[in-house]
Amino acid sequence: MENQEVKKPSFLARIGNFFKTIGRKISERAAKKAGSSNKTQMLEWKKDGWKAAICLAPALLILAVFTFYPIVNTFLVSFFPSYNYLDDNFGYFAFDSYAQVLQDSTFWRAMGNTALMVIVSVPLSIIIALVITVLLNSIKKLQGFFQIIFFLPYVTNGIAFGLVFATIFSPMDYGLVNTILNAFGIDSVSWTGTARNIPYWAGIFVITVNAIWNGLAFKILVFLSGIQGIDKQYYQAAQVDATPKLRVFTRITVPLLSPMILYITITSMMGAFKSYSSVVSLFGESMGNGQNETFITAVGYIYKYFNKVTDGLPWLLSRASAAAVILFLFILVITLFQMWANKKKVHY
Amino acid sequence: MEVKLVNLTKCFSKKEGDVVAVDHLNFSIPSGKLVGLLGPSGCGKSTTLYMIAGLHRPTEGEIYFGSNEVSKFPPEKRGIGLVFQNYALYPHLTVQQNIMFPLENMKVEKKEALRRAQEMADLVGIGDLMARTPGQLSGGQQQRVAIARALVKMPEVLLLDEPLSNLDARLRLQTREEIKRIQKETGITTIFVTHDQEEAMSISDEIVVMNFGVVQQIGKPQEVYNEPANMFVAKFLGTPPINIIPAKVENGKIMMYKTEFNEKYDLNFADGTNLNIGVRPEYIKVDPKGKYKVYVEMVEYIGRDKTLIFKFDGQEKTCKAIIPSEVEVEPGTEINIDFKRCFIFDEEGKRLV
Repeated sequence: MENQEVKKPSFLARIGNFFKTIGRKISERAAKKAGSSNKTQMLEWKKDGWKAAICLAPALLILAVFTFYPIVNTFLVSFFPSYNYLDDNFGYFAFDSYAQVLQDSTFWRAMGNTALMVIVSVPLSIIIALVITVLLNSIKKLQGFFQIIFFLPYVTNGIAFGLVFATIFSPMDYGLVNTILNAFGIDSVSWTGTARNIPYWAGIFVITVNAIWNGLAFKILVFLSGIQGIDKQYYQAAQVDATPKLRVFTRITVPLLSPMILYITITSMMGAFKSYSSVVSLFGESMGNGQNETFITAVGYIYKYFNKVTDGLPWLLSRASAAAVILFLFILVITLFQMWANKKKVHY
Repeated sequence: MEVKLVNLTKCFSKKEGDVVAVDHLNFSIPSGKLVGLLGPSGCGKSTTLYMIAGLHRPTEGEIYFGSNEVSKFPPEKRGIGLVFQNYALYPHLTVQQNIMFPLENMKVEKKEALRRAQEMADLVGIGDLMARTPGQLSGGQQQRVAIARALVKMPEVLLLDEPLSNLDARLRLQTREEIKRIQKETGITTIFVTHDQEEAMSISDEIVVMNFGVVQQIGKPQEVYNEPANMFVAKFLGTPPINIIPAKVENGKIMMYKTEFNEKYDLNFADGTNLNIGVRPEYIKVDPKGKYKVYVEMVEYIGRDKTLIFKFDGQEKTCKAIIPSEVEVEPGTEINIDFKRCFIFDEEGKRLV
């Protein structure tokens, strides 16, 4: 009987216990001056917990307003095709937005362009960054000088960066690449800009080069710190065993860098999925070839419907939300797959 | 294969000037022998090993493997096996892949490589751990994998850089016997770097004692122990260490503080010469008719023997003696002792008698 009582105290007993606990805590607090026992330490920890909560509150508040609420709202809005954000009227529940997005050829072009960036520019930039890192690490003279050169894009103003890029790939004859092409007797190519005559391959090439260049500095920074953390003895052991340079790279450097490579792969893939501003800066807000949106990206598609008030429907926010949710699912699935696939390949 | 070092020198340039780590080393290691390079940390023994391996380029001098001068060769062309202090096993490869790694570089056929790796793993006693990664092995097992990896390519010379320093005392004892056995079985010329004199004594066919980049003495372990060339060698070998008693020549007599040194020696010293008398703890015997009167500070029982801690009259520091446990000595009394053997060193530590 007694045991049962302990297990299931009555409501009154619990209130009694509560007051007992409070009383004990007060007396402990009084006793704290004398010396610290285990329990008073717990008490202090709880007090610190409150302090921590107060310190975190501003950040949590901002996150809640600008991150968590919009995420939840995006999910909600995507299921209410006639959502009006001026009067916050949700209207009826339907999957119409999803159907419209999935049937829209522009959406699939956007996804295709985005996928191309993820599949082509991400692996390319990682491989290039790895090779540069290994070379950078292996030179002895002027290593600091070259490090600075490769890190400069990371600290350079984005507009200056864009201007340099615009000069290199200018559609005019005075563009750097076109000047070189003309020197070999090849006609100028419309690489960038808002004109209607940009070849698809040229646009994708410029986007890829831009993405690689943009992300290179940070990747090299991460890889270099990783590579310098690898025990030199592995390389000495490999040298004693007459290991060819390429095998040292593939069998020692890459596996031992694999945690960094995984981190860079995931973050730069997410970055590629979100690419928008670089394309706008290269091809204008219409994202290529006049109003044809040749180089539109997934995020570009979302922005387009975020602002659009045509097509007979007053508010297309729901369609933008649906596209965002679909993009989110893509990123989620690919990231999960990556984590799973890398579990076997990554050595911590 | 015989390894010969001629005038081998290594200087490291630093801001505050060149540091000579290894100073004109000259010695040769006979084929098939296990040689211990022994010395305190910073004496240049590891630098010497790395120069033999080719990972350090000598500033001066030559290294011969047999009749070939190899000091210009990169490590991969020297045909050596090297076991690092921290083993340097590739953490992402299994034991089997680790052992096979050198063979893959030599383009040995897969089947043959597997067979040789298994053979080598069996030799060092880790044949059943092939599928594990180094993180799943104990220190001793990792050490054996490192030896197997060094041996699998059948090197002419095996180099070991303080291979036992990461192991606990019991494992160290076991592994050093193991190394000795493997070396005997394979007959590979082996050079072994250690700062542990006991380890070097028990395992080596020959010991090279080094200090400040200079060879102090080369010889069989027992020789080096019994006939140290100088005070450094005498002090470095043996536990508890040798007793060094400062002495001074006065009126033709060698005085250890207020006690006269009363052994036979064929040398004449001028008055005022400073000397050092070296007596190993086990060379001291308690004898009521002994020549030296000493004051007993303490007696420690260490199982089979006991340690006597005593002072000569006027001495500040204490001396130690190991005596059989049946000899009765009371702390705080004066007793007479005799030296069974002793060394006389001059002021700089050069051995005179």
